[in-house]
Amino acid sequence: MTAFLVVLVIILFGVAVWQMGKIFQLSNPKSDNTSQIANDKDNNVNGWLMLMFVLFIYVLAFISHYKWSDVFLPTAASEHGLEVDQLWLISMVLIFIVGIITQWLLHYFAFKYRGKKSQRATFYADNDKLEFIWTIIPVIVLAGLIIYGLFTWTDIMNVDAEEDPMVVELYAYQFDWRARYAGADNALGEANVRLIEGSNILGVDTSDPNAQDDIVVNELHLPVGRRILFKMRSQDVLHSAYMPHFRAQMNCVPGMITQFSYIPMVTTAEMRQDPEMVDKVKKINDIRREKSVELMAKGDEALEPYEFDYLLLCNKICGNNHYNMQMKIVVESEEDYNAWIKEQATLAQALKQ
Amino acid sequence: MSAHAHDLAVDHHDDHGHHHKETFITKYIFSQDHKMISKQYLITGLIMGFIGIAMSLLFRMQLAWPDKQFTIYEVLLGKWGADGIMDPSVYLALVTIHGTIMVFFVLTAGLSGTFSNLLIPLQIGARDMASGFLNMVSYWLFFLSSVIMVISLFVEAGPASAGWTIYPPLSALPQAIPGSGAGMTLWLVSMAIFIASSLLGSLNYIVTVLNLRTKGMSMTRLPLTIWAFFITAVIGVVSFPVLLSAALLLIMDRSFGTSFFLSDIFIAGEVLHNQGGSPVLFEHLFWFLGHPEVYIVLLPALGITSEVIATNSRKPIFGYRAMVASILAIAFLSTIVWGHHMFISGMNPFLGSVFTFTTLLIAIPSAVKAFNYITTLWKGNLQLNPAMLFSIGLVSTFITGGLTGIILGDSALDINVHDTYFVVAHFHLVMGISALYGLFAGVYHWFPKMFEGKMLNKNLGYVHFWVTAIGAYGVFFPMHFIGMAGLPRRYYTNTAFPYFDDLTDVNVVITIFAFITAAAQLVFLYNFIHSMFYGKKGPKNPWKSNTLEWTAEVKHIHGNWDGPIPHVHRWPYDYSKLNKDESDYVLAGQDYVPQTVPLQDNEEEMHH
Repeated sequence: MTAFLVVLVIILFGVAVWQMGKIFQLSNPKSDNTSQIANDKDNNVNGWLMLMFVLFIYVLAFISHYKWSDVFLPTAASEHGLEVDQLWLISMVLIFIVGIITQWLLHYFAFKYRGKKSQRATFYADNDKLEFIWTIIPVIVLAGLIIYGLFTWTDIMNVDAEEDPMVVELYAYQFDWRARYAGADNALGEANVRLIEGSNILGVDTSDPNAQDDIVVNELHLPVGRRILFKMRSQDVLHSAYMPHFRAQMNCVPGMITQFSYIPMVTTAEMRQDPEMVDKVKKINDIRREKSVELMAKGDEALEPYEFDYLLLCNKICGNNHYNMQMKIVVESEEDYNAWIKEQATLAQALKQ
Repeated sequence: MSAHAHDLAVDHHDDHGHHHKETFITKYIFSQDHKMISKQYLITGLIMGFIGIAMSLLFRMQLAWPDKQFTIYEVLLGKWGADGIMDPSVYLALVTIHGTIMVFFVLTAGLSGTFSNLLIPLQIGARDMASGFLNMVSYWLFFLSSVIMVISLFVEAGPASAGWTIYPPLSALPQAIPGSGAGMTLWLVSMAIFIASSLLGSLNYIVTVLNLRTKGMSMTRLPLTIWAFFITAVIGVVSFPVLLSAALLLIMDRSFGTSFFLSDIFIAGEVLHNQGGSPVLFEHLFWFLGHPEVYIVLLPALGITSEVIATNSRKPIFGYRAMVASILAIAFLSTIVWGHHMFISGMNPFLGSVFTFTTLLIAIPSAVKAFNYITTLWKGNLQLNPAMLFSIGLVSTFITGGLTGIILGDSALDINVHDTYFVVAHFHLVMGISALYGLFAGVYHWFPKMFEGKMLNKNLGYVHFWVTAIGAYGVFFPMHFIGMAGLPRRYYTNTAFPYFDDLTDVNVVITIFAFITAAAQLVFLYNFIHSMFYGKKGPKNPWKSNTLEWTAEVKHIHGNWDGPIPHVHRWPYDYSKLNKDESDYVLAGQDYVPQTVPLQDNEEEMHH
């Protein structure tokens, strides 16, 4: 209902604007042929509006931050994520400084030099020194950013084999995920979609010795502090394994194996205790309670209270249920992880059943 | 009807004795006159734009109020909006077709097609395009592709819905999504025809600019609009054929059993025979056009802005040569940055480094352009006509959207915001809104040229601009926030993730601003249609501009100038130039010196 009202208000607003235009037209009876060209009065009004507009941009930016900065992702939960966040912060500060200054100059000049009959513009066609200055400054600043960015990128993408990362396969299909742990030998068995049969939904080659101790699950558990090397596969179309809290993402491409690696640094339990996260979850639960009241009034079921969990989302359009292709990630201590993995059936066991 | 038209044609014939006979059909439909073709492009583009924007309102409603029912869904979407609930498949279809229409049909054909056609002959001093016939064919191919795209909305299984980037395998397999059936076939056919149209148009623009310039119009005396259209056409000729090849290979994969982009696929319970292809190859081919496409959309808008800002500031554009150099640099760099759309596609990370490097390089000529625009305003005598406001608005959104490009172009930062709403906000500001502002600036500025001296109503123009300017920032500034919250784009709803429940507020705000902005476009539409018929006639050169188009006849005649084509004696930016002893302007009492005026005795010659 409120939505209808909003739409109605907007339509009425449109009509009002339309009518206003007509009134403008009628109130402008003199029909000399320059009537549709800006005169000093128009320049004055629009010049002032330009000044107000740049203030509007600042206020919008300020209010948005004030109201909504709590929706941002929490501090990165992976080792490289902290570096990414640092680079992000530097870039953002830079962007804001440049943005605030250039927007001000643009709109302030539009205000200050608004046209008047008596005013004469300055013929100023070029200045090589100025051009040089504002070529060289971006060159230097961007060079800094590029170098910083490339070091970070190389660090993230080059996996050091000496760190002995734990290998986990992320397997994507319409519209769900599976994780395959490499087991005790830390080597994944060969797999191909042509081998998919019955409960072997990942198409693992069951004759491969490496495959025997592989473990297939639909909830991703990760030991904290250990480097994980994800190997991504897709069964049907493009998907993307997106783990925003770990600043990690890689596409899953049918016909090839892609990879991404990181070290989870914060356990799920610790993240739930994070003060920012506590606030966020509280806010979400308030919203959900409010919605539940509405739903129950309609005779529907109430929403369940929310508890934070890390997420793996699909972030490449993959079909009708793309919006609900997720898997829970649990980061836990080495002991908890070991206890959990012990309880999972290996592929050999699972296929025998 | 035809008799009446014939009468008109006879009158016309009498007016201009040297003129050949025109019927209704040759004048208004299969016209070979660049001015009529440009109007045809504009009006087709605006109709497509209306459809594209209406679609965006529908999916914005779904995003803001996912659990509400709206009868409008049922009215407009039929079986996909049964009971007022939007179907996920039609959501994806709306997003896909909105993107396709806005990028190709509105901002490529509607913007570049309209103003290249209108301005190239008029501003370089030519009677028409090099080939009027090819020009006509180009428009009608565009029209045909628009019709096919619209028809595709009505096929049984729904229109293409794999995103405007139509990545296979999703776009190749009807088993994967219903829209990849007949809908996708029509999409591909439509785009293939569109590309043919675009290539014919571009070749014509290039040849015309190179060969048909009037006496004295050297390349360094071209208005920046023409430079922009010329280079845009070159980029189009270089990159559109690659998209055509990608589309043809995809058609083969879909219909003839080849495996260019498909390999190892198990879907709907069976293994497909395809082996050895790579979806990443498609991404390369697509973005080899897709990224230059951004500049195909943007450069004409920047060209229009250069011209409008200089004219209305009553000042020469600052750094003409630097502006030309930036256009050339952007054009060159635009063809070697496509990989920044693919940092996390599974492409070799080293390539990611290379593309980060080239991508951030392109920020340099862009920054130079922005600074030059700002300096052009400095110490001007700004005539704040609606076209000028839109041009200043363009610089503003170009800066804001361009700055977030520094984040997205950085591969390390792109990892976490790739394919989120941060990207959506970025490209809508930098190419969507900016290019639309360029389109509007062009329409307000050159409307008298298109419609025989009639002018758009300025007050409606002001309302249009200010509401749009506030609305556009209101839509796309908060959108960065939901991107930074980690929300992926192309989600039908985010209610499947309680984690995102706190984004509802932001989404509602965005949608309300979207409606306000769209309402402002109705003001424009009304102004456009009303002024087309009842607009007030302005003076011959309403903006006191230097360029040649304002010396052409107000009444449209085939050949543009009744007498001989004027010769050019100077660059187009001698605004407020003073005479040698600085006592007055070069032409006393007139702050502009049209290009047709020879060097005066009391004037210093400048070498720009």
